[in-house]
Amino acid sequence: MRPEVFKMVDRIVSIDPALKTIHCQGLVPEESSIFEGHFPGYPIMPGVLLIEAMAQTTGWLVLARNRFEKMPFLATVKEAKLRTFVVPGQNLDLHSEILHEGSGFVVAKTHATLDGKPICNAELTFRVLSWPEGRMKSVVLKVAEHVQFPVADYVDA
Amino acid sequence: MSSTFDTVANIIAETCDIPRDTITPESHAIDDLGIDSLDFLDIAFAIDKAFGIKLPLEQWTQEVNDGKATTEQYFVLKNLCARIDELVAAKSA
Repeated sequence: MRPEVFKMVDRIVSIDPALKTIHCQGLVPEESSIFEGHFPGYPIMPGVLLIEAMAQTTGWLVLARNRFEKMPFLATVKEAKLRTFVVPGQNLDLHSEILHEGSGFVVAKTHATLDGKPICNAELTFRVLSWPEGRMKSVVLKVAEHVQFPVADYVDA
Repeated sequence: MSSTFDTVANIIAETCDIPRDTITPESHAIDDLGIDSLDFLDIAFAIDKAFGIKLPLEQWTQEVNDGKATTEQYFVLKNLCARIDELVAAKSA
């Protein structure tokens, strides 16, 4: 995890064949510039970044479902609960499950755990839109390789 | 039609916190009820679930943007309900 550049997922552990659920992991780094302000002398992961981690987890699943044809953009955060502090050195398990795929949007239920204990959860809605002009898609594909996304299985040549 | 309208009106009232008695079959979801595209995602989610369909929002938006349809055709509630009924009928055909 490199929260200072919004890289919240280290690796994709599994995507179920039916493309309903995904499991990712993210290790909260010992050092990050975000801890300089959050908080001085008492580093904890900002809750908004935990939501971002759950959103990115869901995002990889949505990309698998549409074979990288479109990009999910976070639109709504509902029922978000931040249950406990997350501190440097903790390795989070990030899970997401698709509740509904509509026309141009996806709704998912997502949560994170630490050693099996619940850390946070939320219901997230994404707009799923055409890729913007420019290099965004190629950058996302490169990140996909870094997080061990099974690109060959989910990206058309 | 009437039961479709009641279901849709109840969804809109609940999702957008709009008084139920102000929602009529003639209401335009955007122009009269002030529903924006983000709220409409919640409404579409609820409608999809309630009727077991998938509102073709992307296709409708494209048609409106291309000038092939008007927003009234899809977002005046009596027309929206007629589209829902068509989708339900197509599903069970």
